[in-house]
Amino acid sequence: MRSSKFNDVIAPALFGIAILILWQATVRYFNVPFVIFPAPTDIWSKLIVSLPILYADFVQTFIRAVIPGWIIGSLSGFLVALLCDRFAFLRQGLLPLGNLAAALPIVGVAPILVMWFGFDWQSKAAMVVVMTFFPMLVNAVAGLQASGHLERDLMRSYGASWFQTLVKLRLPAAMPFIFNALKINSTLAMIGAIVAEFFGTPIVGMGFRISTEVGRMGLDMVWAEIAVAALVGSAFYGLLVALERWVTFWHPSYRR
Amino acid sequence: MKTEGRKSSVVPVTVVCVIILVAWYIAAIFMNAVVAEPKIEALGGGFANTVNVSWSLDRPVIPAPHQVVVEVWKTVFTIAPWKVRSLLYHVWVTLSSTLLGFVLGTLLGIGLAVAIVHSRLLSKSLMPWIIASQTIPILAIAPMVIVVLGSIGLTGLVPKSIISMYLCFFPVTIGMVKGLTSPDPMQLDLMRTYNASVSQVLWKLRFPAAMPFLFASLKVAVAIALTGAIVGELPTGAQSGIGSRMLAGSYYGQTIQIWSALVAASAVAAALVYGVGAIERIVNRQMGARA
Repeated sequence: MRSSKFNDVIAPALFGIAILILWQATVRYFNVPFVIFPAPTDIWSKLIVSLPILYADFVQTFIRAVIPGWIIGSLSGFLVALLCDRFAFLRQGLLPLGNLAAALPIVGVAPILVMWFGFDWQSKAAMVVVMTFFPMLVNAVAGLQASGHLERDLMRSYGASWFQTLVKLRLPAAMPFIFNALKINSTLAMIGAIVAEFFGTPIVGMGFRISTEVGRMGLDMVWAEIAVAALVGSAFYGLLVALERWVTFWHPSYRR
Repeated sequence: MKTEGRKSSVVPVTVVCVIILVAWYIAAIFMNAVVAEPKIEALGGGFANTVNVSWSLDRPVIPAPHQVVVEVWKTVFTIAPWKVRSLLYHVWVTLSSTLLGFVLGTLLGIGLAVAIVHSRLLSKSLMPWIIASQTIPILAIAPMVIVVLGSIGLTGLVPKSIISMYLCFFPVTIGMVKGLTSPDPMQLDLMRTYNASVSQVLWKLRFPAAMPFLFASLKVAVAIALTGAIVGELPTGAQSGIGSRMLAGSYYGQTIQIWSALVAASAVAAALVYGVGAIERIVNRQMGARA
């Protein structure tokens, strides 16, 4: 067990390092123009120099837009799913629409939201809310129906109320689905916030920085910003995975 | 996505849609109040005037549904499809790069999945990076991808397709890895007793077994391929495509134009997902599955 875990970390790490070395070597050897592909070392030195700017962008995009939007969107999706669960009519009416909305290019409402909520982080947070709502709705409704008939009958034979059944049986059973939605939403939230910044923003933010630096051919800064985005995105995702493991420790996929 | 069958849901869906429409019309009155107030005052106020003005503004904060319908009708049916002002022209531009990206992404996804299933080393070293690749908000890199590709001479359709491809290979890879490993050991053992080669096992057992997983992934993939193509049109100031319609609409405050582009995008998305579903049914029938 121990050695395979070792492999799980070492193999991908080596692969990543190999890619980086190959990238650096190719850029240096073929003298690839800076505007096409800066070398990893260029990006690194730029990243170190411009940490304050990167931090300001991170705060604007991630702390102000992504996190509140993600929380509000996921929470409201979950609450509507509870309503759908309580009232079958609502479920039959909303769920097909929710499924449809999941396939729609929701980023398209970004210009409208920027118009409604202004250029600052509010419109980006609203964008994130809209993007994260439907995955949570669809997944949570599916999750709330995941508990088996036997278990539900048992709860009924205990004389448990709807609320008791919900808290003690069906919510725990729904947790894998809910975490699935939360993980999907964590990437969607980043995308939503950054794309909304293409439609107008104050002069700070990851999406703003990327689009202006591309215009100025400052590709090392763009890559530095991408590195930050990837790091933040992976950390966010990893945190959720850890939380999921802690909450749904009983799930078969974690059995050894 | 489960639109077919389920007659029981027709009534609830209709009711919910009607509620949304009514709410939309009411919202149009209140949200447009800022713009409409002076005009209503000028006409002498009253409920009838309020409704009339706020549902027919030129640049509303939120257009009434019928305004959007009229705009879509006008730009789809009264203008020749090859004119720049026609919505169909822009839909075609976006659709073509979506489809190219979707095909490329599907091929890449299946290729990666086949490699991962057959090589333990690859599955160990590649899989974490495939997952990490999706935590990078590619849509954020879209402008750079397009500028970089543009500077080496690739413009127009291809850069947008590459963004679509990057987005849609992921669900295909994940789904296919799951699908290709779905045959149980008994079936694999049977193939071994037949002395089947690796490629025979792949073609005769793994691929057929992976079909349901493939199509479930393809439905997701085609939807995000469209999103990728639309976003790919945003940062470059593209002259055509659904995304450029939205961008132009947001620059010039043409709300109705944004909404009609949105309607077009939704229609395309629904059609694409439906199309994949249709192909799935055909393939299933060819493979002799129970309908």
